Amino acid sequence: MTSENTAPAIEVKALDKRFGPIHAVKEISFSVQHGEVLGFLGPNGAGKSTTMKMISGFLAPTAGTVLVNGHAVTDSPLAVKAAIGYLPEGAPAYAEMTVSSFLNFIAEVRGFSGAEKHKCIEHVVQLINIESVLQQTIETLSKGYKRRVGIAQALLHDPNVLIMDEPTDGLDPNQKHEVRRLIQRMAAKKAIIISTHVLEEVDAVCSRAIIIAAGQLLFDGTPAELRKRSAAHDIDDAFRQLTSEFYQSQGTSGQS
Amino acid sequence: MSMNNIKAVLKRELYGYFSTPLAYVFIVIFLLLNGIFTFNLGAFYERGQADLEPFFRFHPWLYLFLIPAIAMRLWSEERKSGTIELLMTLPVSIIEAVLGKFLAAWCCSAIALALTFPIWITVNTLGDPDNTVIVAGYIGSLLLAGGSLAVGSCISATTKSQVIAFVISVMICFLFILSGFPLVLDYFQGWAPQALIDAIASLSFLTHFESIKQGVIDIRDIIYYIVFIAFWLYATVVVIEHQKAS
Repeated sequence: MTSENTAPAIEVKALDKRFGPIHAVKEISFSVQHGEVLGFLGPNGAGKSTTMKMISGFLAPTAGTVLVNGHAVTDSPLAVKAAIGYLPEGAPAYAEMTVSSFLNFIAEVRGFSGAEKHKCIEHVVQLINIESVLQQTIETLSKGYKRRVGIAQALLHDPNVLIMDEPTDGLDPNQKHEVRRLIQRMAAKKAIIISTHVLEEVDAVCSRAIIIAAGQLLFDGTPAELRKRSAAHDIDDAFRQLTSEFYQSQGTSGQS
Repeated sequence: MSMNNIKAVLKRELYGYFSTPLAYVFIVIFLLLNGIFTFNLGAFYERGQADLEPFFRFHPWLYLFLIPAIAMRLWSEERKSGTIELLMTLPVSIIEAVLGKFLAAWCCSAIALALTFPIWITVNTLGDPDNTVIVAGYIGSLLLAGGSLAVGSCISATTKSQVIAFVISVMICFLFILSGFPLVLDYFQGWAPQALIDAIASLSFLTHFESIKQGVIDIRDIIYYIVFIAFWLYATVVVIEHQKAS
């Protein structure tokens, strides 16, 4: 087990993805240690979600490897999927199910049964604060609750690797605050990747930030280092500067 | 392969069928049409014979439209709503998911078939039928439904649109029914070798169902359906695997 603790929880090596003529992700490499929260930043269409889909094993990479706790996603997908908690973009969930039966299904697939199953569902329901909607069908939930059900589903088995695609999207400021506090609380024990458009979130919860644009890695460092890139010491400013410099050098307007 | 995972997917899928009107509509329409076909078209009473031949005779045609209707949502809906990303990132293998879903749909059609029991009671009340033939008919009908469902599962995996999945599944099932008919066989007659014509004819849903329905449970007919189902379910796995890469 000690080797797992010293080796990176997530190791992405020269990850590459093409969809026909579109080169969505271009040989990206980075790693995440346990105890780190990695903020995944980039303009829309930069390849953030595609990268996360490849780490979680939903998409097969065109080239390159992803190791999660030392297991390659392509070689032992089930071991990786069992270790990861994943919130897909838009928090998809079975609309016709009640929150309670949905979490039951997730728990069963994750190998829980009996008293243990009830315990882990109860725990996550309290953690995410969704008791009041347990018996509602998911299609009747507000966007905020739907997102929280998605987060609950990802945390149910207390994974040590957590990947969340825009976990705070569609939440009101209070809910955003709650989710950030939740991430901070979990940060010490897990390796976490979150993608976000809200740059203040990077400051609030991330110990490291990565910026990608047009499938390429532009920056990998701490939020403080990112801030130093801007004259005004502002993260928003630094982000704009990095991405617009990149698009200028590529000769495109920034809309891909 | 984990039975636990197959069971979990099966349970969820059944939940999907029975928490929406889909399963109820399917069962009610199936029973209703069965009644109409058996008594009116099949002349159940007028024949004056104590058997369920006029009941089973129409099953291939009923299934032709009704089975693709319950199979079309299996994967199309997952793709449309994006839940496939959730399902495929849970520790469930594609085979387990395909089997779980297929079995759930098969359960649905088995429940509908089981609910036709009043006609079995009726025929036993009115006369003295050969019940082994009737049991064979039910087994044949269930296998026929399974075959069509497996086709529907595969086609459903290829598209986000349930309507397209439905139409194409009906077409393919129709071909497999017809392949025993002169309509198709005449086309090959004269130029194709007899072995090929026999092979095409032997692929037909109908010829295999026909013999089981008459109470002759030939192991070859059973194997035909099992291989047929296995082939289309394997094709479903291949289709889903392929989507991972694109």
